[in-house]
Amino acid sequence: MRRLRIERTPAPLWVRPLIPVLAALITFTLTAVLIVLAKANPLEAYFYFLIAPLSSRVSAIEVLVKSTPLLLTGAAVTFAFSAGYWNIGAEGQLYAGAIAAAWMGTLLEGFPQPLGVLLMLLSGFIAGVLWALPPALLKVKLAVDEVVTTLLLNSVILFIVSYLLNGPWRDPVSGWPQSPEIAASAMLPKLLPRARLHLGFVIGVLVIGVLWFVLSRTTFGLKMRATGLGMQAARFAGVKVDRTLLLSALISGGIAGLAGVSEVAGIHFHLIDAISPGYGYTGIIIAMLGGLNPLGVGVAALFIGLLSTGGQSVSRALGVPAYLGDVVQAVLLLVTLGAFILQNYRIRWLKASEAG
Amino acid sequence: MAVIEMRNITKRFGSVVANNCINFSLERGEIHALLGENGAGKTTLMRILYGLYHADQGEILVDDRPVHIASPREAIALGIGMVSQHFTLVPPLSVAENVVLGYIKGLRFDPTAAHRQVAEAASRYSIEIDPTMLVRHLSVGERQRVEILKALYRNARVLILDEPTSVLTPQEANALFESLERLRKAGLSVIFISHKLNEVMAICDRITVLRQGRVIGTAAKDSITPAELARMMVSQSSQETLRREQSPRGEVCLALKGVSALDKKGLPALKNINLEVRSGEILGIAGVSGNGQTELAEVLFGTLKPSSGQIILDGKDLQGADPDQFLNAGIGRIPEDRHQAILGELTVAENMVLERLDEFTQHGLLDYQQVRAYSERLIAEYQIKALPTDRMRTLSGGNIQKVILARVLSRQPRVIVASQPTRGLDVGATEYVRSKLLEQRERGVAVLLISEDLDEVLALSDRIAVMYEGQIVGTLRTEEATLEQLGMMMAGSWKPSEEDAG
Amino acid sequence: MGDFLVGLIAATLRVATPLTFGTLGELFAERAGILNLGIEGIMFLGAFVGFAVAKASGSLWLGVLAAVVAGMLAGLLMGLLSVRLGLSQHVSGLGITLLLTGLSLFCFRLLYGEPRIPPAITPFERLSVLPQVPILGPILEQYALTYVALALVPLVWWVVYRTNFGLQLRAVGENPEAADAAGVDVFLMRYLALAIGGGLMAAGGAFLSLAQLGAFTYGVIAGRGWVCIALIIFGNWHPVKVLWGALLFGGVFALQLRLQTTGLQMPYETFLALPYLVTIAALAIAGRNAAYPAGLLKPYKRE
Repeated sequence: MRRLRIERTPAPLWVRPLIPVLAALITFTLTAVLIVLAKANPLEAYFYFLIAPLSSRVSAIEVLVKSTPLLLTGAAVTFAFSAGYWNIGAEGQLYAGAIAAAWMGTLLEGFPQPLGVLLMLLSGFIAGVLWALPPALLKVKLAVDEVVTTLLLNSVILFIVSYLLNGPWRDPVSGWPQSPEIAASAMLPKLLPRARLHLGFVIGVLVIGVLWFVLSRTTFGLKMRATGLGMQAARFAGVKVDRTLLLSALISGGIAGLAGVSEVAGIHFHLIDAISPGYGYTGIIIAMLGGLNPLGVGVAALFIGLLSTGGQSVSRALGVPAYLGDVVQAVLLLVTLGAFILQNYRIRWLKASEAG
Repeated sequence: MAVIEMRNITKRFGSVVANNCINFSLERGEIHALLGENGAGKTTLMRILYGLYHADQGEILVDDRPVHIASPREAIALGIGMVSQHFTLVPPLSVAENVVLGYIKGLRFDPTAAHRQVAEAASRYSIEIDPTMLVRHLSVGERQRVEILKALYRNARVLILDEPTSVLTPQEANALFESLERLRKAGLSVIFISHKLNEVMAICDRITVLRQGRVIGTAAKDSITPAELARMMVSQSSQETLRREQSPRGEVCLALKGVSALDKKGLPALKNINLEVRSGEILGIAGVSGNGQTELAEVLFGTLKPSSGQIILDGKDLQGADPDQFLNAGIGRIPEDRHQAILGELTVAENMVLERLDEFTQHGLLDYQQVRAYSERLIAEYQIKALPTDRMRTLSGGNIQKVILARVLSRQPRVIVASQPTRGLDVGATEYVRSKLLEQRERGVAVLLISEDLDEVLALSDRIAVMYEGQIVGTLRTEEATLEQLGMMMAGSWKPSEEDAG
Repeated sequence: MGDFLVGLIAATLRVATPLTFGTLGELFAERAGILNLGIEGIMFLGAFVGFAVAKASGSLWLGVLAAVVAGMLAGLLMGLLSVRLGLSQHVSGLGITLLLTGLSLFCFRLLYGEPRIPPAITPFERLSVLPQVPILGPILEQYALTYVALALVPLVWWVVYRTNFGLQLRAVGENPEAADAAGVDVFLMRYLALAIGGGLMAAGGAFLSLAQLGAFTYGVIAGRGWVCIALIIFGNWHPVKVLWGALLFGGVFALQLRLQTTGLQMPYETFLALPYLVTIAALAIAGRNAAYPAGLLKPYKRE
């Protein structure tokens, strides 16, 4: 007689990539309830959600545009989480980069564009690093939990933005709380004519590539992963754990800063207080969905970009509120997290000799 | 009249028989010691009595009535209380709050009433403790008193103490003994688990010796000598010494001078340790676990900074050094817990090079080709049943140990510190590890072997040093050591003579 | 000047109300060892459910009740994720915030569409306890919920420090192994703490939509949940100190609002940022010795 037994041993490796797929299926089943409540057909809704955005050039490009900041924040969070540093502050670091970009952008009048763009990116990166520095130092030197400190700093930088936009940087002409427009040479060049897709997307893809390279090919990447997987064993083996954590935290901040530059220099061209509707937090979702694997993170970022675009098209076509996209993202995250637990279990067929 | 009787208790964990047909009885008002080395089965037996484990066979009688104890709640209801080595107290709460936690019924909690009731109980049992003090401000001895009070407050008539003096200073231990005397006169019966001969002889009425899951004998204190007890405690398996030639002793490679260190709780774990290991010899550190061996190993691994003293390797002082500096100085380290030295989610190859990443790094890039070749070579050389790309966690215990050995030995260290190297391994893997250590000794490496397995220490070492309560109580050449001597040293009962210095 | 002060104190109490609810709610969770980052989302849910039920039923108090129930369910969801499944508390909490925020906005749109005039209700009226009395009169002209919040502080103190439940709760948060050994049901305590906490948090949100605004908007909570996280640390996990923190923050917030209208050129944001910065400083100073409940953030698995 065959029997099934569930054991608490790690599941075979081929199960892992299936888990996000399973999670996605469960998610869509759950959110179908909401769609039905909105008096729409779930299958139709998912068509508009997932397929329609890819069916026209305009919306496909919009997917890429929406994915751009997500690639960067997803990469930023993945970088930190891989080393075991829980950087919840990507949102704030993004704003730091945006502030730097808005400031630097006004100084670059007359510069050649390549140089201008480079300086923008550099300043945004550095700003992100600086904003990530205090919590990182507190963690490494004083063992202060980085979750709360990075989270609190997110709120603080919003106040700084508010001060700047309502004060010294307020547009003198219109009185709107937005910073002066940046110089043309500071703007990220467009990739396609008559579309919003800008260099930021390429940078995002490159950063994902660099992330993959660092984690899988460099010694530092191995040290990071070792620290994240088992700080004690890493320390035993001689890895300088503190230094590794600090560097990971700072680089993570810098990458998030790049996301800020991308939004200011690629889309809006000045700083507004709503420059990020939570990209930093979405980055956390993306990092977890992607299983902290750079390739997975890249795919997850594009997927979430798709969901964001899809949310709007569902809304237009079927009258389902566009917030469905946000709900789907959140449900997907929670279900995926729950599903990852599955990889700690293995189902075995028991042979007759073992059963009973 | 026997308050507790345990008949033919047998308990297995997988293939290991922890308790084998054990008969044990406790008389009213007596203090009965359970004496034995690690793994003898003492704690297992008492956990069965306290309802944490269930015996596979046998029965338990309380006051001559057969009972079935399914959980600690039931044990407490029967009047059995246990104070284990790891206290279960909540530090920010007061003594009284800790004592009544989980015991009071009803909605309200009145601290004043609790303080009063606990103070009453404390004075009734003659236990000196201030119920209003927060546990975090108490010394270890005082915390233990709270644990005892917890049991007594729940009307325990039988108290099981598991290695109670392992965390106490001598003064605190004396205070404990005085308390126990008073309590015994009031009718309490005590089961005292220990490996310390002198204490057991001082306080207990009867002594039962366990070894490898069996009762070796039970005797009244007055009818037996410490030497006889030591003999009973220590294994008598055939001393098949692996053939070992008298190799000429080389110069001193590793020396510890006056090394003291605190453990994780801030208590002294190593007290003024002096040791020397010469090239071409194996110095075995024997002793019952919990006497500082773990901290000794950690100090030599670089993961615990000693509070004083020097660690000299080939003339270099490694005081305050980080693990990577220990590695670079030429120490090969085989840690006590395999799983804290390897990363299960990384591959075999990555784990193999983890201690020497810089050698495989070119311009910041890890040369995975070289890493792979290196690990393939080691896999072949050490006959490890794994591929370089396998994740470490899929390997068996024996193969994990082989990976660690390979990692250590391939650097050709001058000194090897091996802590419990064969713990949890099967026969084949154990033999392999031991033969490798001997091989290194032939090559002139200085080996420090820390092991709770006395057989192993006897089989492999040229000299044996015994650790007890954080100190080296004696060092002997293996040929000159007798089991009795070692047993008494390990149990703290040996008075060192002048010849044993060094 | 006198009028200014009186108005300030009155406003302080008002502003501190949702913070008090939220922080007391988070207090329960953290005292049991769970960092509930879902607070922002639960407050948001409370604001929405309160508004929707009040609008549909015509009864404001029913709205509050419904909000509390919704909050308790949300707390239980957090329990499912972080206690039962043992998932990372950070990510569970953030996930819940994102979920509940999105869900609330979705349902709001579904119910009311996007009319030019957003739906509104007649909010709670302030109770005039001492009409015509100078100074005290205006100060004591507060919403009923404000008095509820103030009364909750000593009640929560009593529950945490003077009941069996509170004793077990504190034990679970500090040392779950010891609590388990003493026979306390660790999982049950954590679920209860999260449920109670969720209810309180949602009440805070309901206050904002049913008393302060009389409407539900995207910015109804605007980060107050994160302020509560800071206030808990600021108040050292103690109900009364937490109230002082809420009043302090409320005072600063009310002050800067008033200063804006007087045309003073002061970066009022500095004041707003102050509680956060002080909290970070407090954490830095306490360092390893921060009075965190020692079991915070560690999932408890029974072997």
